[in-house]
Amino acid sequence: MTASPQENIRNFAIIAHIDHGKSTLADRLIQLCGAVTDREMKDQILDSMDIERERGITIKAQTVRLNYKARDGKTYVLNLIDTPGHVDFAYEVNRSLAACEGSLLVVDASQGVEAQTLANVYQALDNNHEIVPVLNKVDLPAAEPEKVKQQIEDVIGLDASNAVMISAKTGLGVPDVLEAIVTRLPPPKGDRAAPLKALLVDSWYDAYLGVVVLVRIVDGVLKKGMRVRMMGTGAAHDVDKVGVFTPKLVDFPELGPGELGFLTGSIKEVADTRVGDTITDDRKPAAEPLPGFRAAQPVVFCGLFPVDAADFEELRAAIGKLRLNDASFTYEMETSAALGFGFRCGFLGLLHLEIIQERLSREFDLDLIATAPSVIYRIKLTNGEEIELHNPADMPDPVKITEIAEPWLRATILTPDDYLGSILKLCQDRRGVQVDLSYVGNRAMVTYDLPLNEVVFDFYDRLKSVSKGYASFDYHLTEYRAGDLVKMQILVNGDPVDALSMLVHRSQADRRGRAMCEKLKDLIPQHMFQIPVQAAIGGRIIARETIRALRKDVLAKCYGGDVTRKRKLLEKQKEGKKRMRQFGKVEIPQEAFIAALKMDD
Amino acid sequence: MSGTDPGFAVYLHWPFCAAKCPYCDFNSHVRHQPVDQARFAEAFATEIAMTADRTGRRDVASIFLGGGTPSLMEPATVGKVLDAVARHWNVAPNAEITMEANPSSVEAERFRGYRAAGVNRVSLGVQALDDRELKFLGRLHNVEEAYRAIEIARATFPRLSFDLIYARPGQTPEAWAAELRQALSRAADHLSLYQLTVEEGTPFANLYAAGKLKVPDPDAAADLYAVTQEICDAAGMPAYEVSNHARPGAECRHNLVYWRYGEYAGIGPGAHGRLRLHDGRHATSTERLPEAWLARVEARGEGLIVDDILSQEEEGDEMLLMGLRLAEGIDVARYQALSGRALDPAQVADLVAHGMVERTLAGHVRATRAGFFVLDAVVADLAA
Repeated sequence: MTASPQENIRNFAIIAHIDHGKSTLADRLIQLCGAVTDREMKDQILDSMDIERERGITIKAQTVRLNYKARDGKTYVLNLIDTPGHVDFAYEVNRSLAACEGSLLVVDASQGVEAQTLANVYQALDNNHEIVPVLNKVDLPAAEPEKVKQQIEDVIGLDASNAVMISAKTGLGVPDVLEAIVTRLPPPKGDRAAPLKALLVDSWYDAYLGVVVLVRIVDGVLKKGMRVRMMGTGAAHDVDKVGVFTPKLVDFPELGPGELGFLTGSIKEVADTRVGDTITDDRKPAAEPLPGFRAAQPVVFCGLFPVDAADFEELRAAIGKLRLNDASFTYEMETSAALGFGFRCGFLGLLHLEIIQERLSREFDLDLIATAPSVIYRIKLTNGEEIELHNPADMPDPVKITEIAEPWLRATILTPDDYLGSILKLCQDRRGVQVDLSYVGNRAMVTYDLPLNEVVFDFYDRLKSVSKGYASFDYHLTEYRAGDLVKMQILVNGDPVDALSMLVHRSQADRRGRAMCEKLKDLIPQHMFQIPVQAAIGGRIIARETIRALRKDVLAKCYGGDVTRKRKLLEKQKEGKKRMRQFGKVEIPQEAFIAALKMDD
Repeated sequence: MSGTDPGFAVYLHWPFCAAKCPYCDFNSHVRHQPVDQARFAEAFATEIAMTADRTGRRDVASIFLGGGTPSLMEPATVGKVLDAVARHWNVAPNAEITMEANPSSVEAERFRGYRAAGVNRVSLGVQALDDRELKFLGRLHNVEEAYRAIEIARATFPRLSFDLIYARPGQTPEAWAAELRQALSRAADHLSLYQLTVEEGTPFANLYAAGKLKVPDPDAAADLYAVTQEICDAAGMPAYEVSNHARPGAECRHNLVYWRYGEYAGIGPGAHGRLRLHDGRHATSTERLPEAWLARVEARGEGLIVDDILSQEEEGDEMLLMGLRLAEGIDVARYQALSGRALDPAQVADLVAHGMVERTLAGHVRATRAGFFVLDAVVADLAA
């Protein structure tokens, strides 16, 4: 196979809210173009990780090259790029979109436009995309395609009159989508004779091939055997393989302008490849890199500790391995008085944090304790120094602090009118500052400035619960603002538990302290003695609960026939005790740490 | 109670009942055709012979006929089975030979036959002294019959115990105190007093899950347990085990073998055993389903389906689990020899400080009265 004529290439992404049918539509397009046999077909073919399939999310960008014989008789190469959809990966999404000329905007015909969709459409428009609106699930009784078309026009300002009506599930209308891609999206531009300029879209580690780099060729030609240079990091690598995904990996001798494919070479770690970097020919480099490159910045931090201290080395190895495949999270060793040795890890957001935690426990079979998620605070000291605080445990003595600033974000929330009141209250409670409120039909669109500190806590869970799951939410970080922040400690049986300490706004301290104590009261099992659980700021107790002493816990009957069963119960109990942490005389189960920080007050 | 050699006991399981009680999770089966008792007796004898081949000729301190409902056995069946035990092991003349029995009038008529067959102690499943409560518990007898059975048993057997189940739904400490005093007035020198436990897989468990059965919460259960101890102490029948009360010297020797973690052979369907053989302590159990057990024994001489050698840690756990249920506690030196580990002194000190256990001059660690209330937590602490 050789490079295709540029005018017959179409590069596109699919933008959709979770559950609006992105993966199903992608599956149908792949099937219609005959890229996989029926035997090879499984649902969500592009989501290769178990976590992606189960949660219906995409973490890594994937591409698939399809050959489509259009109604005009010509055969086109369609490159579908499947992007992550979550706000945590906003930058990755942006770079994926930058690799395409157009997008399909898939909207559930009964649900309408959601906040996440909005954010991604704006990103697509920023990347000068031609956008084809696609209304999915039009065959369902609850579908209101006309209303949703109107909404697309009102909210996004896109002409939806020629939206494609489909049911990705049954396949209805899907051929029209293919035809719209060919006729309505532009072919890529690009100069074959110019020096190589390729966008690094994503990368991952493959056990057989090493680091696989997903690229979009903008100008020039990428050839097997050439030496390329990353213009951002400055590193040079020899290219071993060049090719495309169909979705199977297929080798090509070269990739020309407008094409999407991969390269492998002498690249050791994913960390050596930065999403958004420009790849050029080392011997004939491009004059200028592509615009828009920036390094990934973790915004949420938490400590990860092994439940069994003996697993520390295993955790170190596992984190190292994950990092091979995900350069966007950072880690450094941390010691906690309560939890022993572990790592302070930085993540792109809460979902990213959850994914990493889940992958560590699932792929490496590790039991972990995660401490309260924290953001980066900027602290001005009396001596004029300014420090970044990643861990509440490291907070300097308050008398040495002149100011603490915290990151703020701007959030867009779309919600049915019915839930607006509760959502406004939630935002207000979380120190939000309203920026805008407008209506689109019977849906309200609210814009709020919120401290990230309040959002990492449990904002998303609360939002889902007060809106019964109907509100959608998206945000981007804006700036640092000074605030009246204090360190809150949790004392169990009089001993401070450093892993549970956190920085909170003074106005929130009582509420959070109370909520935390109430939660811990239920999470810490009864002991043979009474246990006070307290929240404190400095030396002042702001909340207190008491775990009553265990009064009765004994089997009534235990004879010769019961011993085996009871012994197995005891073994389980012993196993459970290993999963607990001893704080003074109190044992706190691992679940308590995780659950204590997921509040539903 | 004296001596720390727990001895060797034989447990025989008769797996049939006239009806299944809704709280019971024992291996019991209701058969609507008459059971071929002669054939079962023969199979018991076969399994006894086979087990004795493994253990060698041991001195038997106790034999216990449990169930199910062993009082559904013909006296002749009991005789055949006891004879088989005596043929293969040495049964001392003063050995304790206990049988569980239901206090119905039909069964009471067979008591003399059992006595003649060698039974010298009977344990009656009285369970409650209130007709409505007996119905709720699914029992087939009434209070009148129970009293009558107690009288006959007292006249027939040298030793007698009976069981009561308390902490029943809605039972107040006052009501239970009255019932317990009534029981004490009828008791000989041993009583087993169990708090109602909702066991998995029983009809009560289903009711409980459906919210139709409410058992006392831990606070109420603790109050009821406290009342029980108070009344029994005053009556001279203190708890020598969590749920068992006796006048000093009248403890059930058979159960002491379990709690002191001695050896016992388990004979019959679904019976468990602990046997110390040349290669370690074996945990054994047999096929549970009576007919399948019978077929197995007839085909291969024994009904064993589990025969595991316990690790030191497992032995240690079992000894703790059983031994701390006794007021006398466990012999620390023996625990150490058995488990290959010492009790953590800091852990013991901590439990002593909380008033849950105490050390004795004889080198035992034992649960205090307060420790009995939360014994499972105490054991978990010591085993961890």
